[in-house]
Amino acid sequence: MGSKVTAILVWVSTLILYPSMAAAERTDGILSTVNLPAAGSQIATEMYDLHMYVLYICVVIFIGVFGTMLYSVIVHRKSKGFKAANFHHSTTVEIIWTIIPFFILFGMAFPATQTIIDMKDTSTPDITIKATGYQWQWGYDYLQGEGEGIKFLSKISTPREQIRNEAPKGENYLREVDNNVVVPVGKKVRMLLTSNDVIHAWSVQQLGVKQDAIPGFIRDAWFKADKPGIYKGVCSELCGKEHAFMPIVVEVLAQEEYSKWVAGQKQESAEPAVDVNKEFTMDELKATGEKVYAGNCAACHQANGKGISGTFPGLDGSKIAVGPKADHIKMVLNGKAGSAMAAFKHLSDVDIAAVVTYERNAWGNTTGDLVQPSEIKAFRN
Amino acid sequence: MAAVHHPDNELGHEHEHHGPPAGIMRWLTTTNHKDIGTLYLWFSFAMFLTGGVMALTIRSELFQPGLQIVEPEFFNQLTTLHGLVMVFGAIMPAFVGFANWQIPMMIGAPDMAFARMNNWSFWLLPPAALLLISSFFVPGGAAAGGWTLYPPLSIQMGMGMDMTIFAIHILGASSIMGSINIVTTILNMRAPGMTMMKMPLFVWTWLITAYLLLAVMPVLAGAVTMLLTDRQFGTNFFNAAGGGDPVMFQHIFWFFGHPEVYIMILPAFGIVSQIIPTFARKKLFGYSSMVYATSSIAILSFVVWAHHMFTVGMPVTAQLFFMYATMLIAIPTGVKVFNWTATMWRGSMTFEAPMLFSIGFIFLFTIGGFSGIVLAIVPVDIVLQETYYVIAHFHYVLVSGSLFGLFAGTYYWLPKWTGNMYDEGLAKTHFWCSMIFFNITFFVQHFLGLAGMPRRVPDYALQFADFNMISSIGAFGFGFSQLIFLYCIIKCIRGGPKATDEVWEGADTLEFTDLPSPAPYHSFETPPKVK
Repeated sequence: MGSKVTAILVWVSTLILYPSMAAAERTDGILSTVNLPAAGSQIATEMYDLHMYVLYICVVIFIGVFGTMLYSVIVHRKSKGFKAANFHHSTTVEIIWTIIPFFILFGMAFPATQTIIDMKDTSTPDITIKATGYQWQWGYDYLQGEGEGIKFLSKISTPREQIRNEAPKGENYLREVDNNVVVPVGKKVRMLLTSNDVIHAWSVQQLGVKQDAIPGFIRDAWFKADKPGIYKGVCSELCGKEHAFMPIVVEVLAQEEYSKWVAGQKQESAEPAVDVNKEFTMDELKATGEKVYAGNCAACHQANGKGISGTFPGLDGSKIAVGPKADHIKMVLNGKAGSAMAAFKHLSDVDIAAVVTYERNAWGNTTGDLVQPSEIKAFRN
Repeated sequence: MAAVHHPDNELGHEHEHHGPPAGIMRWLTTTNHKDIGTLYLWFSFAMFLTGGVMALTIRSELFQPGLQIVEPEFFNQLTTLHGLVMVFGAIMPAFVGFANWQIPMMIGAPDMAFARMNNWSFWLLPPAALLLISSFFVPGGAAAGGWTLYPPLSIQMGMGMDMTIFAIHILGASSIMGSINIVTTILNMRAPGMTMMKMPLFVWTWLITAYLLLAVMPVLAGAVTMLLTDRQFGTNFFNAAGGGDPVMFQHIFWFFGHPEVYIMILPAFGIVSQIIPTFARKKLFGYSSMVYATSSIAILSFVVWAHHMFTVGMPVTAQLFFMYATMLIAIPTGVKVFNWTATMWRGSMTFEAPMLFSIGFIFLFTIGGFSGIVLAIVPVDIVLQETYYVIAHFHYVLVSGSLFGLFAGTYYWLPKWTGNMYDEGLAKTHFWCSMIFFNITFFVQHFLGLAGMPRRVPDYALQFADFNMISSIGAFGFGFSQLIFLYCIIKCIRGGPKATDEVWEGADTLEFTDLPSPAPYHSFETPPKVK
């Protein structure tokens, strides 16, 4: 019957398919889509090599075991009149095939151990950057080394229309952010990871880093990029509905370029900050507020302020948004424990004042309330 | 299966003192191990289809990049419930169904030790399933934090999470009662002459599995209870601001979770260890080493849990310990694969559906085992954690492992249960469709994971589009292939060529050697003699 031929075909094709992963060398060719991407740091190179090493060993064992089984399946058939043998036990053989795998595993564990030790050595960094996970963006603070004092938020810059299939998708669909994390090449960068709300994970595959960001705790990891370029990553721990939409982009620059970037950032922050005590007009606040709302609130509460029925409350006509101002500000600053409403303390006084003003005067809300940044500042103290 | 015990068949006359009541009351009040086994199996099949529909919705959304079929929050509810329903609703109850049907027959007992508790163990399941499924329809929807329910995300959920927690409590109680019953039955009700080391391997693997369940289900209950009090009563077990630690939940959860994956695979090992010798017409190679290997796997499963959490930021020593311990599991697992191969070697093999599924099981489960070794290597795991590689890995061990084991067992024992042979052509079609579509679905997910596609996302970057499309096509093929299974079973229950008492030429366990087909309502009124 044809089943035998089918059986052989399936076995052979699978035997070939599995090692095809192994065949993919570190190239940019078509095979690169079936293997780890090219490594961009020493640790990532070690990870890549370890994976290939373990994979090759597995493939060899696989071919050995299933080659034997395939032979048996083809030859030891009743339909071919093969008479069953009678053996069912052999202590020697059983001891041998218990001990040999032990040594194979030892051979795998040994090189891995050295990499783990290197990977965990976060001492003596040139630059230390703290990354904080927010639902759903990353905040970066340069804590030590060249660039100390720089801080910014980084969120996805892929337009909503592309995600909603209303516009053609760009080349960097879901892998682009408004502010890249910029680091110099060849310098040891220590990342400190924490979170503001739920567990996120900061992961850049080509740099060999993946570390959970855990609220209330600080964890660390490190990388040293081999050459300048753009390295992309994603949040790697389910963190709620926009989990797929909080990418990470690391931009590695040559030393001089990095120094230039730092100087540029410093100059920007040296420009007189917006005076929180300044009186803003309704139009100014509403204009800023609409942008802040789109970037931080609209994912849940929706651009039309209607929320998503049953899951995320609407703000249009809500008790908080048209009730006392103080409750509204408190909600935005501190969030609501036990719900998806996160704290937005990390936004500036101006942003919070603007977004509260916007929410109280957008859609059907017509409180006419004007919230000044100075009030937010007073509230924080 | 239902038709076998129809009250008007001749068995009712033999046991006129308690023939089962007719209609729905028969099933509600039954204390018969076969009836309860049947209930478990149909329940798990219903849940398998439910979880399957969720999986296909997930794959539909992932057919193309962009958001088209479902919203992200609903997508997360689907992935969460797909996991919970398949693990607690489909795979686990199906194995308990096999235990109920087979253990008394294989050890020469009349029924399970605690017949009334057995009824209760089953009837706890439907309310739990109802809680899980109906949580989709409450405000806020079902739990959407992944089946692992990690806080603080699970703290943010609506009442669907509380319903899930309650459902897990009920399912846990059911599992614990079922396990007590299985342990007691095996230890106390074996036929004279059946020493522990003469028990069929399926019985052995279930004995060990039952102990695992007893050890870890209370741990899960504790974890979700703490989650519940954190959510509702202001405790701070997992809230750093109140002195707790979110990572503690992960440690407790995976202390349950890792033995749990062996709970789902050990009985499948048992089934395959019955089938391979039967169809090779040759005794199982290395019976005692199989028993020791199963026990070693069970014991090791308690000391490897943190390999699920290599990225939380553990000290070097912890990472090394959990890596070494995890790699050790490959040794007893390897022994099993070698023993099965040696059993087939120089046998006189035929390839009916149970054998096909068993060979498929060994072949694909081993691929899952190899990707497990790859993931055990910490530096490699750092690259692959939370990617589709992990999804591919555990579907290779759970679908082509546990589920193929269940299919193999169903075809193997169905003639004994119903008295009719199933349609071999249909069963083989089911096998080849499952085998091919399964690989189309999941093999490419290794590539997606290596290329860096994260799991639990409703949308992805364009470079992942091709493999996702292939995977979705495979998933639909796999899903529809299971309708062949359903049809084949129903056809077999309704009739077919009469099965002989022995059913399979090489079968040597008590249900085949000492009982007619179909097996009588009360398996052994007087215990058989075991040589």
